[in-house]
Amino acid sequence: MRQFDFMGKRRIAFIVSIVLTIVSVAALALLHLNLGLDFTGGTVVELHYATAPSLDDIRTLLASSGFENFQVQTFGAADEILIRLQQTFSNDVGNQVVSALSGNGASIDLVRAEFVGAQVGDQLRDQSGLGMLVALAGVAIYVAFRFQYKFALCAIISLGHDVLIVLGLFALFQWEFDLTVLAGIMAVIGYSLNDTIIVYDRIRENIRLSRSDNMAEIFNSAINQTLSRTLATSGTTLLVLFALFFLGGDMIHNFSISLILGIVAGTFSSVYVAAALLIVFKLERQDLIPAKKENVEEELP
Amino acid sequence: MLNRYPLWKYLLILVVCVVGIVYALPNLYPQDPAVQISSTNGSLDSQQLDRIQQALSSDDIAVKSARMTGNTTALIRLDDAEQQLPARDVIDDMLGDNYTVALNLADSTPAWLTSLSAAPMKLGLDLRGGVHFLLEVDMDAAVQQRLDATASAIRADLRDQRIRYRGTQIDDNTLHVEFANAEDRAAARDQISQTYSEFQLADHDEGRRAFLDMTLTEQSIKDIQDYAIKQNLTTIRNRVNELGVSEPLVQRQGPNRIVVELPGVQDTAEAKRIVGATANLEFRLEARPDAPDSETETFPFRNDSTRSATLSRDVIITGDRVSSASQGFDQNGQPQVNINLDGTGGSLMNQATRANIGRNMAVLYIEHNSHVETVMQDGKQVEKRIPETTRSVISLATIQSALSNRFRITGLDSPTEASELALLLRSGSLAAPIYFVQERTIGPSLGAQNIQRGIFSVIVGGLLVVAFMLIRYKAFGVIANVALAVNLVLLVAAMSLLGATLTLPGIAGIVLTLGMAVDANVLIYERIREELRRHTPAQQAVHAGYGRAFTSIVDANLTTLLVAVVLFSIGTGPVKGFAVTLSLGILTSMFTGIMVSRALVNLSIGGKPVKKLWI
Repeated sequence: MRQFDFMGKRRIAFIVSIVLTIVSVAALALLHLNLGLDFTGGTVVELHYATAPSLDDIRTLLASSGFENFQVQTFGAADEILIRLQQTFSNDVGNQVVSALSGNGASIDLVRAEFVGAQVGDQLRDQSGLGMLVALAGVAIYVAFRFQYKFALCAIISLGHDVLIVLGLFALFQWEFDLTVLAGIMAVIGYSLNDTIIVYDRIRENIRLSRSDNMAEIFNSAINQTLSRTLATSGTTLLVLFALFFLGGDMIHNFSISLILGIVAGTFSSVYVAAALLIVFKLERQDLIPAKKENVEEELP
Repeated sequence: MLNRYPLWKYLLILVVCVVGIVYALPNLYPQDPAVQISSTNGSLDSQQLDRIQQALSSDDIAVKSARMTGNTTALIRLDDAEQQLPARDVIDDMLGDNYTVALNLADSTPAWLTSLSAAPMKLGLDLRGGVHFLLEVDMDAAVQQRLDATASAIRADLRDQRIRYRGTQIDDNTLHVEFANAEDRAAARDQISQTYSEFQLADHDEGRRAFLDMTLTEQSIKDIQDYAIKQNLTTIRNRVNELGVSEPLVQRQGPNRIVVELPGVQDTAEAKRIVGATANLEFRLEARPDAPDSETETFPFRNDSTRSATLSRDVIITGDRVSSASQGFDQNGQPQVNINLDGTGGSLMNQATRANIGRNMAVLYIEHNSHVETVMQDGKQVEKRIPETTRSVISLATIQSALSNRFRITGLDSPTEASELALLLRSGSLAAPIYFVQERTIGPSLGAQNIQRGIFSVIVGGLLVVAFMLIRYKAFGVIANVALAVNLVLLVAAMSLLGATLTLPGIAGIVLTLGMAVDANVLIYERIREELRRHTPAQQAVHAGYGRAFTSIVDANLTTLLVAVVLFSIGTGPVKGFAVTLSLGILTSMFTGIMVSRALVNLSIGGKPVKKLWI
């Protein structure tokens, strides 16, 4: 089987990673995330129609009048409509909406227009941040326990790298960041970690089996051995995601973007950040030898 | 022998699969769009129901079934969700004011499944809509409560400083403190101006009486109100989460309102009671017999209104200082609530009880309610909300020793009341009373077209994975796909059992878990292929493939599970929902990826002479 010299190209990969990370941090700091209705809140408009309208018509009319990020729902009865807009509340938003919608002769009464707060409270934001940190610490401890602390360090850096790049690209292209994207980011964490551990597992196995001290060579063979698996798994997941991306409609569009980016970044980083960094951290055979060799046969299900 | 499972393993797998299928089954029975009618004056009979059915059919609304579900309630199932709203309007017009006509989604789960407590997953606000409550926060009461608390604190301060005062009164936004003479007032003013900077202080005299008027500044009133609404928002979020409703929506609307939307709640009455409950506790000492009337208040007992207790006006702590609370039973089997206080609460309680051993301490139960009255105002009929606050003593007990931050309270009527009080104390009290101003059902926030596209893409995605596995791993691909199907069934069963709410991103998340779930099989098959390339005999290759891949699979999945568990324990709302899907997905995919696929392989080739593997 053909062997790619992954480790030989690690300098180029580091440069790519560092550039992407810097761009991401800069984009996050300067442009900020384009937060969606869930995070920012906006205006809620309640309308009463003389005859029950079609919700799809309302959506088309609002979109053609330049409104963005809105939700249209029936409210109690078919002729009562509730619209949530991301637009900041001001006294004439209600009338703007009414005039946009009464274009085709519908008779509409404005029941109320009020600002709505964010669906996501500060508490959730803080707790999620704290949750991530605790989760990272937990992962680090587990990996340090099952492998070694150098592995733990590199796994965490690789994870941070993936999340940062996905967030950075969302900021750079000003794609809307809503709760579905947050869910996507969490899935990226799970996925990227999965990928990294599979590569690590093979590296550990190969270090124990081989007598060579050439780490780059051992890593190369480990990565090549897991390559077909990596491509197969990333491939199936990407298949699903492209189906969601192209066919899924607006609601899961950004969700699928976050995951597609995350999986590409995760696959790249499990090789070039997680594994290649181990060389930078000078991983040696001795780091893994004191651990007892596992008897795989005994752990069979 | 290689690749053979003992019989019990096959049986175990079979049992798990059957249980999974049973609990996933309710999701195949679609929920019927329905209209629920309940009478408020107690009269509803089948003749009325017949008339309703006639009226509906004359409006071309197809009725699937209509039957009484109780003495005063009836459920009308419809064929078409689009006709739900018109049907409601028709029925509402027919019946008039004495009936509540509400939209509902009725499970059509067969009885034998319901008896196993199997139920379908609920659909989220984006896919199906839900119930919408609009609550108003009583801003005046928030200010009033702050003034009450300040008055109590000032009385304590003045006593500590040995400054004599005659009493405190509150009107509008002003707190009047009365002193015996101007000297005492000047001393008190020095003291007060340092601690209570949010008040404007003014002296005023009425004859010989010397008053210090403390008025809240505009800014501090605004701050108090802002705090009140934020605190209420947090509390309501906690309560909704405690109710176990996943994927709810809680947001602020306008200056003094809060919107709560709950998906798929069947029992709206319960949700309403918990969300709007305003119960709180206060701990106070019983007044000494010689205490002046201005320092005491008398309250009736909650379970015996003929008894009453005279308590000191000063509050030791309120329910806000409770850090955790749980329901339990005392030695006599009476319901009780076990309470843990936070640090400040613990030391306040300790100080107060240490100095007063032998005196009685009362637990006061406070509830805010309101009723709407129609009053004449400027010649017009105006609906006016009359707030009312009920305070009653739930327990009065002698302080035996200094209490710390852990204790229990008794005197509650029922275990339900105890567990509700525990829930309310746990989720934090409301900073100001709230009232329901509107209650509606709300349609899905996503358009029908959007939902269809989403679901279509999910199906396509799933089929692509199946096709990929078949092409790449041939016969073993079939096994992987069977395992995948079992995985889907188990995941759906587990989510239904936990009462998870399904949103469109949630569905996408499930499919994604499936995409990742094939990973275990991919790992195993790649190992088998590797072994085969080394010319290992087929049976041994399969055995070694499963064996070698095992540690990788366990390590990778356990690490991800760790993340999911941490996110679950710390996160709230949507983060929690996602963590649940992720953890369940990991567990089921480990089971199916390792056990089920292995069982299938063992069944098909185990113990047989196999020359070549079709992989």
